[in-house]
Amino acid sequence: MDKGTWTVKTGLAQMLKGGVIMDVVNPEQARIAEEAGACAVMALERVPADIRASGGVARMADPSIIVAIMGTVSIPVMAKCRIGHFVEAQVLQALGVDFIDESEVLTPADESHHVWKYDFNVPFVCGCRDLGEALRRIGEGAAMIRTKGEAGTGNIVEAVRHMRAVTDGIRRIQGMPQDELMAEAKAIGAPFELVLEVHNTGRLPVVNFAAGGIATPADAALMMQLGADGVFVGSGVFKSQDPEERARAIVRATTHYQDPDILAEVSKGLGEAMRGLEIGTIPKESLLSPRGW
Amino acid sequence: MAKKVGVLALQGAFIEHIRVLGELGAEAFPVRLPGELDGLDGLVIPGGESTTMSRLMLDYHLTDRLRGLARDGLPIMGTCAGMILLAKRVMDMDVEPLGIMDIDVRRNAFGRQVDSFEIDIEMPAFGETPFHAVFIRAPVIERVGDGVEVLARLPDGTAVAARGGDMICSSFHPELTCDPRFHAYFLGAI
Repeated sequence: MDKGTWTVKTGLAQMLKGGVIMDVVNPEQARIAEEAGACAVMALERVPADIRASGGVARMADPSIIVAIMGTVSIPVMAKCRIGHFVEAQVLQALGVDFIDESEVLTPADESHHVWKYDFNVPFVCGCRDLGEALRRIGEGAAMIRTKGEAGTGNIVEAVRHMRAVTDGIRRIQGMPQDELMAEAKAIGAPFELVLEVHNTGRLPVVNFAAGGIATPADAALMMQLGADGVFVGSGVFKSQDPEERARAIVRATTHYQDPDILAEVSKGLGEAMRGLEIGTIPKESLLSPRGW
Repeated sequence: MAKKVGVLALQGAFIEHIRVLGELGAEAFPVRLPGELDGLDGLVIPGGESTTMSRLMLDYHLTDRLRGLARDGLPIMGTCAGMILLAKRVMDMDVEPLGIMDIDVRRNAFGRQVDSFEIDIEMPAFGETPFHAVFIRAPVIERVGDGVEVLARLPDGTAVAARGGDMICSSFHPELTCDPRFHAYFLGAI
């Protein structure tokens, strides 16, 4: 009997596909997410919009919050550690979380190195802005990837940019003659073996979700039509006027992402979405997506 | 003529099933709405989150339709979450399963993700070569009714696959490995 293998790590990510993973900060929100049909929850102390507003150093959540949420829902519970903070990751694994998000939403602990994720039995998901970044994280052992977007903004523009960049990178490599692959690996800073795999299969070796700025059912369906395997919704649900209805609507939109009639139906009467931020108004040093490399 | 097999595509690993079934010569396609259930030779309910799937089934009127089709003899295969949804009774679940296969199932029976595992198990119905089984936050079968045959057990005796009439189920994920015998067995039965 083998535990913590690559197959069981990437396999859990495969089981999450077509689903919505919601940020929650307490057991009540976790229950709302589960009842709305979320396929997993992300246990946090503050959603990204509040982290952005309050400033200071953002760290792994208090374990008692994570444990309370794990005790409330039967769906998988994820939690975030800081980039490079392998001891926070050890703590999260000891708590028994089902997935660790090594996340740019928290203040990085290491500006040069991410966690060596093969040291863990629990699977990791990591953010990326393009294919090179995705393949670097997979090279370190990430069993799932998400595009970063710009968390806590309710603005989809960065998520779209990052998803298109990944897809474009895959298309380029797939169409390339073999003798150009090494130069491409060098150019995008990705492990050669993974570049070769993308060339041969035409897809990422792991599941890729969209994250960072999804606030409406149409946002979720947009990311699915752009090729995401599923979506993370952070502040978009619990910073809106009617979290229950919005959560349900985003779940339904993610399943029926190709059906405009259903999308129209679920988009009705949801109340106000989170207010949101224009990316250009955010000072450069406050952007989250450039964290990590 | 190729057999028409729908794969419930509300959430989870449905593409993997479609791929294996396609390689075996079936005409496999995703099913999200009741109208797409017409004229099927068989249906697969994949792995994923059983609570998510059961809510989406209720919302889009698939639950009663599937119960009706099962009564009329539509062969159905369920893996992991799919097995949970087929069961008559599910421990610790606040959503009603389809209740179309006479088994009782316990969800997350091995614990959390760090307890997920893979193992070779004996499956006499598939011949002598063991089957490589991947268990992810997997359920187990706690009771089988009359007429339901256990197809596989773990070394400790826990039942992890079963067949009852036209229903076939497993705790593990045959769609995640390269061994097509589970899907071939289902196609052979329909």
